[in-house]
Amino acid sequence: MQGSLIPNEFVVDVDHQRCRRCKRCILNCGFGVFDFQSMTTADSSKCVACHRCVMFCPEDAITITRNPLAFKEHSSWGIDSRKAIWKQAESSGMILTGMGTDLPWLNVFDHLLIDACQVTNPSIDPLREPMELRTYLGRKPDKVEIEVDDKGKPRAVNSVENNIKLETPIIFSGMSYGSVSLNTHRALAIAAQRLGTVMNTGEGGLHRELYPYKDNIIVQCASGRFGVHSEYLNAGVAVEIKIGQGAKPGIGGHLPGEKIGLEVSGTRMIPVGTDALSPAPHHDIYSIEDLRQLIYALKEATGYKPVSVKIATVHNVAAIASGIARAGADIIYLDGFRGGTGASPAVIRDHVGIPMEIALAVVDSRLRQEGIRNWVSIIAAGGIRSSADVAKAIALGADAVGVGTAALIALGCRLCQKCYTGNCSWGIATQRPELVDRLDPDWGAERLVNLINSWSLELKEILGALGINAIESLRGNRERLRALGLDSTVMEILEVKPAGV
Amino acid sequence: MIELAFQEKFSKWRVDDARVPAACGLSGLISQDGRAVGGEVIVESMRILRERGNGLGGGYAGYGIYPEHKDYYAMHIMFEDFQGKKVCEELMEANLEIEMGEEIPYRLVEGICDVPLLWRYYALPRPERLEGDGLQADDFMVKLVMDINTTVPGTFVFSSGKNMGVFKAVGSADTVGEFYELENYTGYTWIGHDRFPTNTPGWWGGAHPFNILDWSVVHNGEISSYGINKRYLEMFGYECTLLTDTEVVAYLLDLLIRKHGLPLDIACLVLASPFWKDIDSLGDQTEEDLEKSLRIVYGSALLNGPFAFIVGYSRGMVGLNDRVKLRPLVAATKDECLYVSSEESAIRQICRNPDRVWAPPAGHPVIGKLKGDV
Repeated sequence: MQGSLIPNEFVVDVDHQRCRRCKRCILNCGFGVFDFQSMTTADSSKCVACHRCVMFCPEDAITITRNPLAFKEHSSWGIDSRKAIWKQAESSGMILTGMGTDLPWLNVFDHLLIDACQVTNPSIDPLREPMELRTYLGRKPDKVEIEVDDKGKPRAVNSVENNIKLETPIIFSGMSYGSVSLNTHRALAIAAQRLGTVMNTGEGGLHRELYPYKDNIIVQCASGRFGVHSEYLNAGVAVEIKIGQGAKPGIGGHLPGEKIGLEVSGTRMIPVGTDALSPAPHHDIYSIEDLRQLIYALKEATGYKPVSVKIATVHNVAAIASGIARAGADIIYLDGFRGGTGASPAVIRDHVGIPMEIALAVVDSRLRQEGIRNWVSIIAAGGIRSSADVAKAIALGADAVGVGTAALIALGCRLCQKCYTGNCSWGIATQRPELVDRLDPDWGAERLVNLINSWSLELKEILGALGINAIESLRGNRERLRALGLDSTVMEILEVKPAGV
Repeated sequence: MIELAFQEKFSKWRVDDARVPAACGLSGLISQDGRAVGGEVIVESMRILRERGNGLGGGYAGYGIYPEHKDYYAMHIMFEDFQGKKVCEELMEANLEIEMGEEIPYRLVEGICDVPLLWRYYALPRPERLEGDGLQADDFMVKLVMDINTTVPGTFVFSSGKNMGVFKAVGSADTVGEFYELENYTGYTWIGHDRFPTNTPGWWGGAHPFNILDWSVVHNGEISSYGINKRYLEMFGYECTLLTDTEVVAYLLDLLIRKHGLPLDIACLVLASPFWKDIDSLGDQTEEDLEKSLRIVYGSALLNGPFAFIVGYSRGMVGLNDRVKLRPLVAATKDECLYVSSEESAIRQICRNPDRVWAPPAGHPVIGKLKGDV
């Protein structure tokens, strides 16, 4: 019987002159590429190019290359199209994938340029002058009511106390315990605490060991309600209702039973080994008025902590966001179509939704037109790769950005897009104990802190060049952005002028 | 064709939205006891600041200058031609009871040319229009001024407060003062401005002060946060229509003080907010809560970038710097008179021996208030 018709994606080569047969590669590969039969052998068909073996080979004996196998060129039928068809002809199933879309869609961020000062206004040196990134998330009143006491001392009457304080406008996006390892959650929580920002639990509940980090955690309540109980809802500074995810708008989730071990089972409140299925919709939310009920139910359950609503950016996102603001949400989390996932059908990941940059611009503008922009904070996520993206997102109107993929890359992720297999050799997207153990939470936290601190430094440098010394003066300040290589319709939607104007 | 279409498309941005960076000289004075000061005094002070301008814009605002019409909104309007004047007057007739309309007196001086039609009207909103729209008189006037400035061709209302007036032109400040015969006016507050636009459209309306109702602003600097200040103001119905970022200062003051009811000194905490490190170490919970609330709620109203401005209003005058003091501002007092200027020399030109001269710290307002009625 004929085997698979799909050629290997990569070729693993072991240099036997260098190899000392220490077998570290065998231990390190989560995908079982290596074996030992008198010498180290490699089954290239299993390789995902996660580099774990390469990084840990003491002799530099392993090389991974793209399979140079020639295909007859065809401009319509790319190699990936052909491979997808072979896969489906062999499997009769949806093609699963992980992380955000890898198709070369237009990236709006790469067509936006940031302004700087010259002559008429001085730039500010962040090494000499204060440069402020502190950000508050949550509902703000339309105005500050002032009351003057007997001694003539003014005092603010209305409170902004339940706003969440961030020392930098970058938070860690929701990635569930179950899809990622407990050590990943540990690293994120430690880093969030050190940075003065927050991590988001994702939909899999919060391991009790992390409850002490409650000042730096947003707990999520998604359609599967995994791990949701009253103590959990109060184990963070805010609650997030996850309606959708950028990588898979409109569809639910499926965490296979193999990933549900004892700890995940206890946290998610489901039996060991059962599949964790998140329904596509919340079964108690079939319209905006139902969302309102859940928002207020969660507020009642938490003593009126801020409630965030996370949506995937879809075509009608501005009207949806307006409805969410009017339904009582304090934060709207916009997850763009480049957002990551532990598992999604490739067809959904690659073809459903719209870019976060555009969604962010129209949501911010719409809320302003309706005079309710201050009712909600906007978190933009799904494709933030650098401090430049952060600055551009904030200039387009975001209060803060969420980073998921970038955080995982900091922890060692190579973007192999095989999260759904549970074999992550870096100990991130796996529950196999021997793999999870590889990720030292303190080491990971330090790398996350380094990354976000670097971005914060760069943000301060950008602000200084712009001649402003507080992040709120960049927020929504599209006047300081110019477009290069975007068509006029997109520029009009973004309300960003072309370079040169 | 493509290029033409492109230009047409962005003509809105080229004209309405293009900010004109400018450096400038400022001077202002207030006699807090209400004593009348002749307009020639502020012109004399501005003369010394000529080096800070380039002859492409100068102007003044005086308060207390129209005592015999003090209950009426004094509208100073420039028209490019009689057609605009006709359209504008029809619109005003429909909305206002006009007590009197006259040409603003001026003399021709060297250095000032292309004079538009300059008229002033003393008027009040028609009571039936107020009832119809359910607006307070001030709101009605703001809306009417914005309507005229955005819809009537070649017409610009450059002053609309009561018992006050703005006088401005393309020219250096001292010649503008002579042009408008300011020596024939007396007022208790005067502010003046000489402009150094680095890219000027040569438009009279673009000179300072900028005014909306009671508020007049002269400004040296660039509001680098303009983009978000403008969008924030738009949420409250203000339309930024001019060729400069200075107008946001006037509109923000109008919003914060008149509409939101903040005291002036607290409004200044919004415009040039203290740094978080200073708020965190205030040590007084009430003050900390207040300043924190102001920053959180009014972050989009923070004026960021280098600036010094002087604002005149019927009850006083305030000078304010940005929060790291990137533009000069000096203050002085002599008896009941407060002076604020870009340079000490401009103060000493009109007040030889001030009682006290100081440089206000970054972000700290200097406020002079009128004592009693005028």
